[in-house]
Amino acid sequence: MSQAIQPGGAPGVAAVPEAQPAPKQRGRFVKFMIRLVRERPLGAVGGLICVLLLLTGIFADVIAPEGYNAINPIDRLQPPSATYWFGTDQLGRDVFARIVHGARLSIIVAFAATTLSIVISALIGILSGYAGGRTDLTVQRFVDGWMCFPDLIILIVAVSVLGPGTWQVILVLGLLFGVAGSRIVRGAVLAAKENVYVHAARAIGASTPRILWYHILPNVIPPIIVLYTTRLAAVILAESGLSFLGLGIPPPAPSWGGMLSMDGRSYMFQAPWLAIIPGLALTVAVFGINMFGDALRDLLDPRMRGGGGRYVARVRKRAGGK
Amino acid sequence: MASVQAETTAAEATAAPAPLLRVRGLKTVFRQEHGEVNAVNGVNFDVRPGETVAIVGESGSGKSITAMSILRLIPSPPGEIVDGEIEFAGRDLLSLSEEEIRLVRGNEIAMIFQEPMSSLNPVLTIGQQLAEPLIVHKRVQGKKAIRERCLELLRQVRIPDPERRLDCYPHEFSGGMRQRAMIAMGLACEPRLIIADEPTTALDVTVQAQILELLKELTRTRGTSMILITHDLGVVARYADRINVMYAGRIVERGTAQEIFNSPKHPYTIGLMESMPRLNQPAGTRLKPIPGQPPDLSKLPRGCAFSPRCRFATERCRQETPELTQLSAEHWKACWVDIDEAV
Repeated sequence: MSQAIQPGGAPGVAAVPEAQPAPKQRGRFVKFMIRLVRERPLGAVGGLICVLLLLTGIFADVIAPEGYNAINPIDRLQPPSATYWFGTDQLGRDVFARIVHGARLSIIVAFAATTLSIVISALIGILSGYAGGRTDLTVQRFVDGWMCFPDLIILIVAVSVLGPGTWQVILVLGLLFGVAGSRIVRGAVLAAKENVYVHAARAIGASTPRILWYHILPNVIPPIIVLYTTRLAAVILAESGLSFLGLGIPPPAPSWGGMLSMDGRSYMFQAPWLAIIPGLALTVAVFGINMFGDALRDLLDPRMRGGGGRYVARVRKRAGGK
Repeated sequence: MASVQAETTAAEATAAPAPLLRVRGLKTVFRQEHGEVNAVNGVNFDVRPGETVAIVGESGSGKSITAMSILRLIPSPPGEIVDGEIEFAGRDLLSLSEEEIRLVRGNEIAMIFQEPMSSLNPVLTIGQQLAEPLIVHKRVQGKKAIRERCLELLRQVRIPDPERRLDCYPHEFSGGMRQRAMIAMGLACEPRLIIADEPTTALDVTVQAQILELLKELTRTRGTSMILITHDLGVVARYADRINVMYAGRIVERGTAQEIFNSPKHPYTIGLMESMPRLNQPAGTRLKPIPGQPPDLSKLPRGCAFSPRCRFATERCRQETPELTQLSAEHWKACWVDIDEAV
């Protein structure tokens, strides 16, 4: 889809063609950003949304200094206006401030839970994939069993045992996505361990931990990056889902999912912005992260890596690009 | 010719001391759903200090598996060394623990693989990979010392401008240079035995000669032994002191290079010689292929595995498996038929 937009999208970014003639000592990061904008404009938009989301979260106290819980009963259920950009809720709290602080909460939960899940995925995936044989078989049947349960059921059971709260949500989401994601890492490991240089490393006498760290891990990083970005969005959604059901982060914390269910549902007809605004915030955040993640995946495609791949990419670009 | 003479005298001089590597009755099988594949089927051979021993055979004859078995690099499962002895410098490699054999790999016995294109890790620099055996076996300590040693190794394998090349990635190297880098890695810990598994198969002919000359020279100056695995008889004739011809997981003939080339005694070896183009044959002479296919290693025929394709085969060949028997000091064959009489 984004490819169809490409011809129109690329000229729209005015700065890029000018920057092109001097690509000499540009860092890898800058080069990558230029590729992102040129080849996946929609992904660049997603990236921009991600950056905005991050900045909002980090500077929540500066953007909305009054905090997410300042009650102002006189101004309750006000529609959006110049004073209250996103209106107020039934307690007279500024929805804008709550959304901004909710972004922070979402980011904290998303990054913590995703990082935890990726670490779990990488551990299970690498060990299971590299060990192979009976170990792999046993671990994978366990993962199968785990994936058979609908996510929500595991979440509800786990949260009702651990009780609601931020770290509980992080722990449960991390574990849930971690086990499921190990499949993807395992698949990448299965491919990587058949490389001749892995056998060569064994013939040199390298120990198993060394092989895993130096020869296997670098080869599974691209799928892990992609997994990370897709998981970020999934975690934000899952956290909102939990909060919506009242199993997530308890009020008065400004979780977007919680705002949607608590205030949004009760006052849907008198004050529709209470439901629309957090819903929009969720949609935009998840959309942005997904678009960015997709673009990353396309650009980090394994075929674009290494000697031959880079050459092929260059030829392809030369043939089709100019 | 002079070099051939030098080789024979060297072989005579080293005939007395115990072999560096002694392989006896080696059997490696791969277990699969539809039965066992007998990849290596009772292989015996010696490698003496300082000599180059070739193992020749067609694809699937078990030569690479023999080599991998020596370092216990057979993927297990499905592979397993079921029987035999591998004695290296007085130690039985098959009875070492996993940790002990790890310290032998790359340190005392190094292996050079057949595909230089894929045996280097694309995400690490040449320098990092050259340093790997040194770090793993703690041969050299300290970053500077390791770098110095790596430079020295690159110089030994004649890679120009080693300072710059050390920080290159494998894709910046040509095939020949990569194989040189692989050889440098193999030499890093000054092993006593190098196993070169078809070191030149993936390279073009001029580069092949360079690489083999380099290997020959480096092993000779250091007195390193080498097992040269190949299906290229031309390579063998020039670079090997002794030759083992393998067929269907067994050694069928063994001898010095001259014996194998000038007076092959096993029908399979004779077939190989006839199927190879030679300059001294008149132009237009057709090559004689060996009829039939190599046997399925999971259902080996009774008796001699070559008997179904052998033009000299007798009833005895189809019933009993011949063992290696000595013909002269260095010449052995596993065949019931007396070729000289049969021809």
